[in-house]
Amino acid sequence: MTDPSSSSTSFPGQDRHASPGGSPAAAPITSADVSDAARLVAFGLQPKLLPARDAEYAELVRRHREDPRFASLCDAVAAGLGLVVLEVSPRAGMAVTAAEDSVFAVRMSDYARRASTESADRFLHGLAHLAIAALAFPRPEDLAEDSYVGRISVHGVDAFVRQACRRLEERAEQSGENIDPAVDAPGLEAAWRVYARRSATGATKDARRLSASTVGIVGKAVAFLVDSGFLQRVSDEAGGTYRTTARYQLQVRDMAGSAAMSELLELGVVPVSDGSATLVPPTDDAGELVPGAGLPFHGV
Amino acid sequence: MTVSAQAARVGTPAIPGAAPYRAGVTEDGLARRLKALACTAPLHDLEARKANLAGEYSVYAMAELGLTAIDLVTVTMDFDTGADHEEVVARLRPRVAAQAPDRGPAEHERVARWVLESLINVGSVDRGFRAVYGTWTQADGYVRRDYDFKLLEEVPGPDGDIFLRATDEAVNVLVGALDTDVTSAQIAAEVKLEHLIRRGRLAEARFAAEQARYRTVQYAETLRRALEATRRNVRAVDWLKAVPDLIDEALDHVAERYRHENAILTNIRRARDEAEEPEHKRSAAELVDIVQDCIRRHTQLQTRLMEAGPLFRAEQDRQAFAARPQRPGLDLYGQLLRPVLELPVGDARAVTDRFFAAGTGLRTPVAVRLHDLTELLLTPPVEREHLGAEVPEPDLVATPDDSRFSEAQHDAAAALLDLPPDAPRRLSGLLAEARAGDPDLPYLVALLAFHAASPPVGTALRQGDRSLLVAIDDGVILDDPEVGGADLIVGTALLAAEGEPQGVDAAGPTESAPAMLPDAAFEVPLHSDAVRPPGALPRADAPGPAAELAGEPAQPAGVPNPGGAVQDSPSEPGAPGPDDPIDRRNRA
Repeated sequence: MTDPSSSSTSFPGQDRHASPGGSPAAAPITSADVSDAARLVAFGLQPKLLPARDAEYAELVRRHREDPRFASLCDAVAAGLGLVVLEVSPRAGMAVTAAEDSVFAVRMSDYARRASTESADRFLHGLAHLAIAALAFPRPEDLAEDSYVGRISVHGVDAFVRQACRRLEERAEQSGENIDPAVDAPGLEAAWRVYARRSATGATKDARRLSASTVGIVGKAVAFLVDSGFLQRVSDEAGGTYRTTARYQLQVRDMAGSAAMSELLELGVVPVSDGSATLVPPTDDAGELVPGAGLPFHGV
Repeated sequence: MTVSAQAARVGTPAIPGAAPYRAGVTEDGLARRLKALACTAPLHDLEARKANLAGEYSVYAMAELGLTAIDLVTVTMDFDTGADHEEVVARLRPRVAAQAPDRGPAEHERVARWVLESLINVGSVDRGFRAVYGTWTQADGYVRRDYDFKLLEEVPGPDGDIFLRATDEAVNVLVGALDTDVTSAQIAAEVKLEHLIRRGRLAEARFAAEQARYRTVQYAETLRRALEATRRNVRAVDWLKAVPDLIDEALDHVAERYRHENAILTNIRRARDEAEEPEHKRSAAELVDIVQDCIRRHTQLQTRLMEAGPLFRAEQDRQAFAARPQRPGLDLYGQLLRPVLELPVGDARAVTDRFFAAGTGLRTPVAVRLHDLTELLLTPPVEREHLGAEVPEPDLVATPDDSRFSEAQHDAAAALLDLPPDAPRRLSGLLAEARAGDPDLPYLVALLAFHAASPPVGTALRQGDRSLLVAIDDGVILDDPEVGGADLIVGTALLAAEGEPQGVDAAGPTESAPAMLPDAAFEVPLHSDAVRPPGALPRADAPGPAAELAGEPAQPAGVPNPGGAVQDSPSEPGAPGPDDPIDRRNRA
């Protein structure tokens, strides 16, 4: 990730746009600079475009890294548009994402029609995204390691969640508690049950995926992430196999993971790494994980 | 006084609510039995709903078909795949047809499909069933609960196909062992089988063997799930204790079962061979098949068990000993996904909503220009190319025709060899006639005649051909300038379809047909030599060898009546064939 403060202290003399002898802040900002900054943000809004493919994009990214004044200008433009800058680098380009309530934000009701009325469907669509991330970066190191490229398949994600659900079912059976929900309180049903009882797939009359099945829901999520420039299709194996992009890692690490974690903590659930039923002892310590630690530091 | 005091003592605990409610065993058992009962509901439902179908379907025993469908799916469940949709329908159809043979095949298909789809419960969102039952505890009082279950579930195959698998509930409903341990139920079934075999009750033994197989399938399924999960995430499976225990147990079990079933197999084979009654013999043979299938499944399970250890180590290497962590990250599975799954769905939705909002990135909003919109709306819809893009004309290079004989020559030879069934001919005559038209043709005719010396009777029967070219060597030496060897008798044999009465085409004496069996065949050479001078020489003899030749290969193909499936038509003895004089003339 770029750190404007460090680049300004390391290369003060290389700032071509700084006025001679003066501090960078004193230099006048021209409308051309603002146009360039907006242009870079515009590139960032095309998530599938990479600096390696576009010379102008690459040049603007380079300028952002070398010119702290230009960098802060870009960040200001982005913030004004309701965008959060995750990283500006040659590998990810200008990785921006929508801030909450921004016009660029994706709403669940736009995403899936059923999700706005059916609470179970709403949950399943959200869970599909969480599960894709969890399988794309299965270990904490994978999420932390910049060079890591995850691979997922639609069937793999479905099977992964089903396996997790099955383990929870087994545990519930062992503890002897009654896992069936009360009829008049569907909201109290255990989340895993909702996934487990949804059909994995289903034959339809026109040989398409059954959209309400879990494979259909995961497939939709994957297709959406491909459009967001987060996944790239590799092959058609196992319902479609995909690899992750740098942008997706950033998005999960710096935005989604921490946001969901803080929500979880608000609910009073403090997830501690569980070593009881896993062979590999947990390598990370729950204490080190501060909620919000992964938030983007390109704050404005 | 004493009586009433006693009554009071006895009566006190019986007053409802006065004594602490004994929650636990009975209540659990009740819930379990209620669930077991619920699993059978879809089958009863099939019976109840058939009246609502458009059409007269009450003749079909739908519950029976439902159980058969579950049976079919369970038996075809293997390690990798389940049963194919269409295959199940295809295999169910004969059972449907058996129930109402006078109805059309389209209706049978519809019924089979309806049964299968009802068992999947295609109409519902979850494609499953839900039953409501109540539990009563001291703390909560009476609570109604939902019990969700599936009988047949649709799972994705490796290449995107959809397969059917029978769920544990379905297997339990099917075999009727509703609350039993896999291993112990199998042992019980096994003991029962041995017992039954000793007493010679094969029909029941077969039932027990089938039960054992269902159990085996269920056992393999447990292992398959564990292995698949390991491949995805080593940590999701307890490899410290649970899986090694499972593998040890399964290996012991396979070894034991293998010994046991081989013993059973030997017993049943003996029973099969010694059994006198055809019905017993047949059911013993079926039992042998089932036990062999069990053994095959055990071997398969064992192979998987042997692979399990190396698979785990490889996955462990891949997943656990990869690059060193650089900084602590978020454990998405352990810290997020699993805790979320444990939450009540109402709370879990809050977390997934946050993850969705923050994890989907951005979408650039679409701004509509009126100009574009009107243009878009006024553009006529693009004609969908129904057949796809035009197939480019392939650039074909004509391969040189290197066949020995031309098309016309083949036709000529076929015309020459198209002999009436009652008039076989000598090869020498055919060759001479062929040579008259085309000097090259005799070679082709000779080749075809040699082919006919060993006719593909089985193939012809399978294809449903009604006639076949046969050639018989009766010992006469061929006297020809170009071709040497035996002067074959070439004729057409008529094939009777299986089950058809013999001698359909028999215009001649009926007693000749049974007499044509092997003995007659051995007589042919002598006989034909003796009667060569009279004109009717080859024809009277030809049917015998033809029937013998054809009957021999037909027997292994399952034709019950040896020699009877192929029946050459005997010609009327003494009646001169139309082309016989020509043969004589040509030979002269």
